Amino acid sequence: MRSLVVLSAEGEGFVPPSSNDFELPPIFGDNVFTTKPIFLVFLSVILVSLFFILSSRKAAVVPSKFQFAGESIYAFVRNDLARDVIGHEFMRFVPYLFTLFTFILTNNIFGIVPFLQFPTMSRVSFPYVLAASVYLVFHYVGIRKQGAWKYFKEIMFMPGVPKAAYILITPLELLTFLLVRPLTLSLRLFANMFAGHLLLLVFILGGEHLLQGVIGLKLISPFAFFIGIVLTFFEFMVQCLQAYIFTLLAALYIAGALADEH
Amino acid sequence: MSKSVILAAGEKINPLVPHTAELIVGTIAFTLLFLVLRSRVVPMFEKAFTARTEAIQGGMERAEKAQLEAQRALVQYNEQLSKAREEAQTLREEARAQGSAIVEELRAKAQEEAARITAAAHASIEAERQQAVTSLRNEVGTLAVELASKIVGEALEDQARQSRIVDRFLDDLEKSKK
Repeated sequence: MRSLVVLSAEGEGFVPPSSNDFELPPIFGDNVFTTKPIFLVFLSVILVSLFFILSSRKAAVVPSKFQFAGESIYAFVRNDLARDVIGHEFMRFVPYLFTLFTFILTNNIFGIVPFLQFPTMSRVSFPYVLAASVYLVFHYVGIRKQGAWKYFKEIMFMPGVPKAAYILITPLELLTFLLVRPLTLSLRLFANMFAGHLLLLVFILGGEHLLQGVIGLKLISPFAFFIGIVLTFFEFMVQCLQAYIFTLLAALYIAGALADEH
Repeated sequence: MSKSVILAAGEKINPLVPHTAELIVGTIAFTLLFLVLRSRVVPMFEKAFTARTEAIQGGMERAEKAQLEAQRALVQYNEQLSKAREEAQTLREEARAQGSAIVEELRAKAQEEAARITAAAHASIEAERQQAVTSLRNEVGTLAVELASKIVGEALEDQARQSRIVDRFLDDLEKSKK
């Protein structure tokens, strides 16, 4: 893929990686359902399902190491995210938040897994889908809980605010709930994965390019690779963090919709 | 899409525009994973959690019960111990009292015995003295009468008279002694 871009550039000079590097061609002919990101998404579904089905299969009181590993992740989402944020009704949302977290985390980490090496969430479509699901869930929960009228009334006319301030607050609140929240949710995840992958590409492709240069440049290239490796560790942190933040915000939005007054 | 890659050298693709295929696949994949995790994984982990909570709670209750029992036993033992001590104390005191009573009794008995022996000795001495006095008196009388009859030549055959004389003599003797 990279070679394609280089060839099409028809030049000797270094072509910096760009957003075009994320447009991967279909593997089988022209079928748009056979791109690498799509395979990776399905792979993540299979891996996550297998891992958790196998680790939870015995559900023993005294867990094996394998069960403990799966259980720790589940307990983290269940207790630290769902229960602490949402409160007593949290159990209803645990499967959803658990899916969000594991799905995003796995697809993010694909970015630094050898041979896969592509963070699926750097394809903006997937964060859009996830943010849309959060959007639907938290509005649905709010309307179910408080009734459509009361729910939107509370969004538009926050209680305990002077009447004159509604001129300013009502449009802002509406914008926040209807547009800003899903947009920031998806774009944060997308941009982090996109930028991280781009950064790795810059250093690793750059190192490769330096290696083809004159002797002086060859000597510099190890540094580029070294920084690429350091950034890989850094990326791992960002990938975990983004999965956490996405799930945390989803839980917060649900908690806000459930609360009688926000 | 493959076309766009080849064209890509000059123009940049906007990364914020989603692909329909990816949107569809993302939705399906996420829903699939959600269904699997909800039906197969979450209930199992919850089961394990519940079982564990129960096991821990059961263990704690058992431990609490055992502790209570131990405490009760301790109180009981302490009570028994103090009771035993009290009993021992009373027994000791009783024994001491009994011992002193026995000593007292024995002493009294011994004194009584001693007194009795002394009295008996006194009595026998008195009897013997009396006997000696009587026999002495008889002998002295006989001897004196014999002597007197020899001297006087008069036979004092009359018994009554004889003894009267002797008595008078002895009384005089005693009087003179005094």
